[in-house]
Amino acid sequence: MLPSQLRTDQFREYPPAGRQLAVSNLSLLRQLTLIYLASLLREMIRYDWKFPAERGQIDRQLAWLASLDPQELHSLFAGFAQIRLDRKLEDTDWVKMPDDFSERLTAYLWSTHQIDALRSAATEFTERASRATPAPSPAQARLGIVVIGRSVEQSSFPLFRKLRPYGVHFTRVDPTDGLEMLLHAVAARASARPIPYDHWYIEGSTPVAAPPHVSISSYDQLQPVRSRLLDRMQQVIDSGSGGPELLEVTMATIDPQQLGMKGEGRDGVLDHFDVSLLTQGQGTQIFSTTFVMWAAREALRRAEPVTLMARFTPRQRLRPMNELMQSRSHDVEPDPQGSLLDADMAAYYIWLDQQRLADSAQASFLVWFEGHNEALAIAPGLPRGTESASPGNLQQILEWIS
Amino acid sequence: MLSFAPLQALAVPRGQKVIVVTFGGGARDEETFAPEGQENIPCLMNELIPRSTFFTQVVNRGILGHYVATASLATGVYESFDNFAMVPPSNPTVFEYYRKGLHRPATDAWVVAPSNGFNRMGASDSKLYGPSQGAGVILPKHLLAAALKQEDAGGYTHLLRDNYETPFYTPQISGNPFQLAQLEQVLRVSVVDFVAHARNLASPDELSVFVVKQLMKQLAPSLLWVTLHDMDIAHSGAYSLYMEGIRRTDRLCGELWKTAEAEPEYAGRTTMFILPDFGRDADGDPGGNGFQHHRTGDALSRTTWMMVLGPHVRENVSVNRPVQSLDLVPTLGGLLGFTPTMARGQALTEVL
Repeated sequence: MLPSQLRTDQFREYPPAGRQLAVSNLSLLRQLTLIYLASLLREMIRYDWKFPAERGQIDRQLAWLASLDPQELHSLFAGFAQIRLDRKLEDTDWVKMPDDFSERLTAYLWSTHQIDALRSAATEFTERASRATPAPSPAQARLGIVVIGRSVEQSSFPLFRKLRPYGVHFTRVDPTDGLEMLLHAVAARASARPIPYDHWYIEGSTPVAAPPHVSISSYDQLQPVRSRLLDRMQQVIDSGSGGPELLEVTMATIDPQQLGMKGEGRDGVLDHFDVSLLTQGQGTQIFSTTFVMWAAREALRRAEPVTLMARFTPRQRLRPMNELMQSRSHDVEPDPQGSLLDADMAAYYIWLDQQRLADSAQASFLVWFEGHNEALAIAPGLPRGTESASPGNLQQILEWIS
Repeated sequence: MLSFAPLQALAVPRGQKVIVVTFGGGARDEETFAPEGQENIPCLMNELIPRSTFFTQVVNRGILGHYVATASLATGVYESFDNFAMVPPSNPTVFEYYRKGLHRPATDAWVVAPSNGFNRMGASDSKLYGPSQGAGVILPKHLLAAALKQEDAGGYTHLLRDNYETPFYTPQISGNPFQLAQLEQVLRVSVVDFVAHARNLASPDELSVFVVKQLMKQLAPSLLWVTLHDMDIAHSGAYSLYMEGIRRTDRLCGELWKTAEAEPEYAGRTTMFILPDFGRDADGDPGGNGFQHHRTGDALSRTTWMMVLGPHVRENVSVNRPVQSLDLVPTLGGLLGFTPTMARGQALTEVL
């Protein structure tokens, strides 16, 4: 089926808001190229569970596309239109199952050596779309906080090497009440501007606080969900049908309720977000450090928050082969030193993700080696690539960068 | 019969043993030869590079999945099959060219690889060549799981979790796997000794190198291909484990070269090629997540390096012109004396 043949009734299984969005834009959707349209439908089918920032982005893009005449649309999608598609792909039910289409498309484009053409077309489209529909400036300058190294008593590893060129490396930080100061700063920002999903606290173990108006995602709190998910994955694998692609599609379509996230007072948007971390992020199911890294990345990319605090805690140790052979015990001890290295790199990635958001030049960032004297801060008013041996605490650093 | 294999190997003119080591799966320049990465590869930097010709830009324009990319390295053609399908390459492999072209016996070409998916990479489904002309393939971890199963019926399937791209998916092996019974016949190791040795090894790649050393001792094949894969743990998102994998691979490359220098069948007549199958995504590419994956197809994930060592190879030389990963097979052809008729790419004259 081709996009021009789209009908209203084909969206009947979409959740209400997504269905409404698709139906009200049907004439536009019929004019789009299949590759782009399928990626748009992947967003629309999840529209009901998207954050306000994501919804705004989709709405702006649709309004912009609707404002273009057919010739402009043709020019905009020329890169996508040049990609040759297999008839089998066109015949899949890409309206009902856009994720399945996407998996097949990716495999097809790699196998026909067209993945670079897609990359090029997507990059060009994204640049034009970003120029035409810029994200609004945040209500306040963004602040990212990353806490790494819990349970590490000593480390000779040179921390923050990738971030040092961009900020000040503090070497005499008083760690007393450091975590409380950081959480207090998050709570204060949330309290001052209580906008849903604008303030986040991502935790590698159990949250040490639950400030009002702060969205919380925690590795430990999701433990029952992770267990159920791993069981479901094992069922798919044991069924012997499909393969990695089937597993990926199955994972992408799991509903939070299927994993036991039921009951009054739950935040459905946040539940869907948490499940997506576990179903679409690799390693998030087994390593808390990966969970925090991916959760922070996804929160920044999707919710575009103004405040985000991510705290890394030790992940489980990966047992070497000889140890696996000698013991079938599932008890595993933590790996604080390895987790410190993981988190150090992840902090750099979180900063990069924050820098991709609107008004990044005004954003501030702080990473602290928990319980120790080392921190690094990046902010518009701070010098770059410098070291400070001045004594101070995290509260003071927060004041300097805010 | 097999015990006479080294004598057969001696029939090959001197200077014509080749070992190909894929430094995988997936290493970025940033963690290897870029200035900030060199601390992770002390053996390559201090011991091997001074003795090698080093290609600084090896570009892979094919599919960035480990099995299909490694198969492409071995055929000299960008293969296009599904990375997760257990299918043989479509084009003849270097092993087939070598064995058929030089009339070499089955014992003279071997592949040692980590993952079930690599089981089919010893030979193509080409009608002109095919499995009867291919390499023997040993999947040490699979062998170990079989040995453990024999020793104890309990479940050691977790040891087979080798496909980090889809960490929970362990496909059933297909094709004609190296059988447990061949352990004693070919490698001259009893099942008990094999398991006992494995109990002292930390990773699947260490087991692979153990198997390679046994092959070198017992059969002295002239064409030996070992695919290292530990560092692909990067897909789990744990940077420290990825770095650990790189450091281990660096050490194992050094061990392999030392073995080649020490084994009488190999000393002074072995050319060793070391190259990653491909890189990993750049930190700055929003389509990926840096070191974790190789999904974007960006320049960093497609550009790696290659090191060539051997008695006739110029030492401490860098080649900065871009070459392709497909150039490996024609180069091996030039070195060993076969014609890879269907391979693309150009022989690298700098090492011929």
